[in-house]
Order: sequence, then C-alpha cells, then structure tokens
Amino acid sequence: MLELLRQPWPWYTSGIVIAFIMVLLLFFGKSFGFSSNLRTICSACGAGKTVKFFDFDWRSQTWNLLFLVGAIIGGFIASEFLSNGEAVQISEATIRDLQQLGISSPDGMQPEEIFSLSAAFSLKGFLILLLGGFAIGFGSRYAGGCTSGHAISGISNLQLPSLIAVIGFFIGGLITTFVLLPLIF
Amino acid sequence: MKGIKFIIAGILFGIVMSKSEAISWFRIQEMFRFQDFHMYGIIGTAVALGTLATFLIKKFKLRDYQGNPIVFTPKEKSVSRYLIGGTIFGLGWALTGACPGPMFVNIGFSYWAIFIAIAGALAGTYAYGVVRDRLPH
Repeated sequence: MLELLRQPWPWYTSGIVIAFIMVLLLFFGKSFGFSSNLRTICSACGAGKTVKFFDFDWRSQTWNLLFLVGAIIGGFIASEFLSNGEAVQISEATIRDLQQLGISSPDGMQPEEIFSLSAAFSLKGFLILLLGGFAIGFGSRYAGGCTSGHAISGISNLQLPSLIAVIGFFIGGLITTFVLLPLIF
Repeated sequence: MKGIKFIIAGILFGIVMSKSEAISWFRIQEMFRFQDFHMYGIIGTAVALGTLATFLIKKFKLRDYQGNPIVFTPKEKSVSRYLIGGTIFGLGWALTGACPGPMFVNIGFSYWAIFIAIAGALAGTYAYGVVRDRLPH
C-alpha cells in the first residue's frame, strides 16, 4: 500500500480530491480560495494602518491561514514519507523544449536552474522568482482570485468572470512560456 | 480546537498537490506548452465534479455543518479586471511554476527558494492594495 502511495498519483485522484476539498470547505461554511491568504497576511502584518484595502477583520480569515499551514505540512508529509524520490514524469516533448532553453531534464520536483539556492541567489533566478511572485500576488488580487477561487470554485459555479480570469491566466502563461522564457534563458 | 479541521483539509490539499506533481514548475510548463493531458485532467476532473456538487448543493438547498444555508456569492460583473488581472497572474504563474497554493506546499518540500516568490507575492498583493483605486475594474 505504502509503495503504491509513494508513486506519483494519476491526475484523476488529484481532481477528485480537489473537488472534495472544495465541497468540504463549503460544508464548513467557507469557500475555497487560496490567494486571499496573501491579503490576510498583509493585513495581519499591519498593512491596514496605511492602506484601506487591508483594513478589515483579518482574524475572520484565520481558518484559511490554518488551511495554509496544513498545505505546508501536507507538502512535508508528501516529501518525507510518501515520495520515492523519482523525478517528475513530464513528456519527452517538454523535456526537449526546455533543454533548448538550457533547462536540464527533471531531477526532482523543480528545475535546478531556478530553484537551487545558488540559482535563486543569482540575479536571474532571484528576479524570476521575485517578479513572478509579484505578478501572482498583484494579479490574483486584481482578478479577485487564483486557480482555486476562479478555475475551480468559480467555474464550478458557472461564473463567467471566472472563465474570463482563466482565459487571462492562459494569455499571461503563454506570453511567459513563448516570449519571456526564451528571452530570459 | 475548532480550527483543526481546516489544518487537516490543508494537509490533504498539500499531499494531493504534491503527489499529482501539480506543484512542479515542469508540470506547469508542460501545461502551457499543451504537451500532456496531466494538468488538464486534474483541473478538468475537479471542475466537472465541482460543478455537479455545486448544482446539487443549490438544488437541494443544502446547509453547512452549523445548519446555515450554503451561499455562493456571484462574482462582480466586469471584463477588464478579470482579463488584465488574470493575464498578470498568468505571467507570474508560468515564471515561478506555482500558483499561491503550491507556493506554500513547496516550503514543505524544502524548496527554500520559494520564499523569494512568496515575498514577491506579498509585495504584489500590497502594491495592488495601494494602487487599487487607480486601476480599471
């Protein structure tokens, strides 16, 4: 059993569990949306004193911060106890394309060229992570949600705004993939 | 300890995102290059089941565990904020290979470099709060 769990799980198990988590949170009287935590953290750090957008009762969002803490613990459990240490099984075509950019084939979960500490503290790696993160934070609040809030919860509730947001996610993702990454690497 | 159920839900989320490799930069690249069904399968299954569940919750007017009606707040009508905000988000998603949830799951994987992206995400959220009133919504 443990051997089976240690292999990568097929996509449908993940889809089923994510839908289950969404429903579970609804039955807990909450809604599934991860990026709200970023606003909550800003507010908890005192951003509400200077910026009105962060002046709200962030303690009402404690449940979502606990979900965030759980997500970190879940990642730790997966890497410590449920991992067989194999590299991510991406398609040959992706490996070839990324090699042309100078990114070597997967050795673990993340590319060495960005996530190893030496890469992350080179100017290029640092800016990729910092500016990428900045765009994620800015964009998710501007769009009012991220993958969980729009792509999963929003589209499940047949919300046209969420579909527009997801189309935006792809416009941005394709620009990075086919324009920015070849310029950067 | 009322909060423990949220921690457990989060743990489940962290494990499943890890084990289906949805926290991997490589998988996000594969998705944006349309070279494998994997990520589409994950999101597609979640949305299909989520749509069914949302429909059933509304149809049978189900209540949460405290007996309150489960309400779905419709998103505000707009195109610009979703399209522009979504595009900015997408630029960052493909760069870091992690949306907000997976960013934090990566800490559990000891990919410490992700803290740079998290710092960026907090700065981006703060910046949005500062310039919010001057942006088209």
